[in-house]
Amino acid sequence: MGPLVPDIISGEFSYLIALIMGIGFGFALEQAGFSSTKKLVGLFYGYDFTVIKVFFTAGVTAMIGILFLSHTGLINIEYVFVNPFFVRSAIVGGIIMGLGFIIGGFCPGTSVCAAAIGKVDAMAFIGGSIIGIFLFMEVFPLIENFYLADAQGSPTIAEALNISRTTWAVILTVIALGAFVAITYIQQKVTGVEAKWDKTTILQAVKWASIPMIILLIIIITPSRDDYVMAKLEKRAATGECVPKLIDSDKLAYELINNYYNYNLIDVRSKEEFDKSHIPTAINIPLEELDDLEYRPLFRQRIKTNIFYGSSLNQASRACLLARFHGDNHGLALKENMNEFYELFYLQKPLGDNPTKQELTIKLFREDAARQLQEIETALSEMSKPIEKKVRVVQGGCS
Amino acid sequence: MKNNEYMNPYVAGVLLGLVLIATVYITGRGLGASGAVKSVAATGVKAVAPEHYETSAAYQDYAAEHPDGTMKSWLVFEVIGVIIGAFISGLISNRIGLKLEKGAAITNRTRIITAVIGGLLFGFGSQLGRGCTSGSALSGMAVMSLGGIMTMMAIFGGAYSFAWFFRRLWIK
Repeated sequence: MGPLVPDIISGEFSYLIALIMGIGFGFALEQAGFSSTKKLVGLFYGYDFTVIKVFFTAGVTAMIGILFLSHTGLINIEYVFVNPFFVRSAIVGGIIMGLGFIIGGFCPGTSVCAAAIGKVDAMAFIGGSIIGIFLFMEVFPLIENFYLADAQGSPTIAEALNISRTTWAVILTVIALGAFVAITYIQQKVTGVEAKWDKTTILQAVKWASIPMIILLIIIITPSRDDYVMAKLEKRAATGECVPKLIDSDKLAYELINNYYNYNLIDVRSKEEFDKSHIPTAINIPLEELDDLEYRPLFRQRIKTNIFYGSSLNQASRACLLARFHGDNHGLALKENMNEFYELFYLQKPLGDNPTKQELTIKLFREDAARQLQEIETALSEMSKPIEKKVRVVQGGCS
Repeated sequence: MKNNEYMNPYVAGVLLGLVLIATVYITGRGLGASGAVKSVAATGVKAVAPEHYETSAAYQDYAAEHPDGTMKSWLVFEVIGVIIGAFISGLISNRIGLKLEKGAAITNRTRIITAVIGGLLFGFGSQLGRGCTSGSALSGMAVMSLGGIMTMMAIFGGAYSFAWFFRRLWIK
């Protein structure tokens, strides 16, 4: 599952990937004509619309592609870098860049392309950019506050408008297609060349435009891989079809007392329930969060056995099955729920008049176990927690 | 590929989009350009004025993000690739050659000067805006970033607003 860096592909190898991607980038840009400064500024003087055609097409293609990959579970969109938004510096920086574009006739990426094929003005532009960046670094202390003002985090447009990613994709695609049609008419007016709107051209245009729309339609209609999998799991758990391996409380207590370091005891109830009381040595991962990516290593490791318990056997079973789906074949679910466990060990009822030897043994075991479990809990609370929550963020943007 | 003819812009756009998809799938980040220029600037300053490099907060932020060396950054390798890719494209389309383009009304000297000034502005602006058209606008659109698209609109809006005043540079 993507992104492949840094787990599947190492950081160093990703530099080689950068080189290869850059070659593709530079090739496509130069083929499109972005090495010609007159073509670039043509957009702003209305005589050449190559920039907007290439830009919009590339952006929409990539957007739909990434959405599709996320929908089919091939990429995890949470790990993808989203540019941060600082309102003031984004707007002012953009306007300055716009001015630089009009005066200089390039942007950094295109200037490199043009310089690569020998354009001297592009080389001058690059020289100028180095100076410009140098100036920025020098005056940074003066503008630091402005640079950091109005931080909005790293929101996506879908989040900001409170719509789904797919909805935004459809909107942007429609805008792009509309823009392309409008451009064809504008180009006709500016250059005086009659645009060929005969049947074959229209059919061709519709054919190409329908490709992204069909992909979007597929994304809208079919359930995402995550939804599909979770639904299947829930259904099987509900019918009792899929049964996890069970462990009973006495065995759990025995294992915890003697071999607690061999187990990850996971309480899948809510945080409030966990804080009120939990089985000693347990960590808390609420069931809704169990599917989060940061906990996957928990299911794949083979060093400790995972034992799940909750407020009901059903809850523990669902957790255990989810773990099994993610590769945990040795996980166990506790037969008793938290309340039952608590009753067995901490709310011992006095025995009747003629207790059997077995009843006596069990009672003594449980009393002793309760005491020992408490000792372990106290000792462990001094140590660091066994599992650490760690979210990896990909570096991107300008660095 | 015919000599001197550019690729259909829509086809080029799709090609570019595919490169971007592959990049995001493999690395989790989009493409960029201005960051590589920043690396060059930082490396230069470190070599020429190391004490200043050590004491300036801005450069130290940069150094912290690049512990393996000032030029060892993803974007630097990407831009080297861009140079190679563009060169190959220029080769097969017969567009290699030392030249420059300008509007008919200005001299070559003016063109070079405006290129430097434009570059200066764009370099400064790209740092303030946290990315240029490649990093903010293009990659931003691909990952649906609000910040990216805002910056993109500011760039295009700014360019359009100033276009009329500098028309003598480009059109008769």
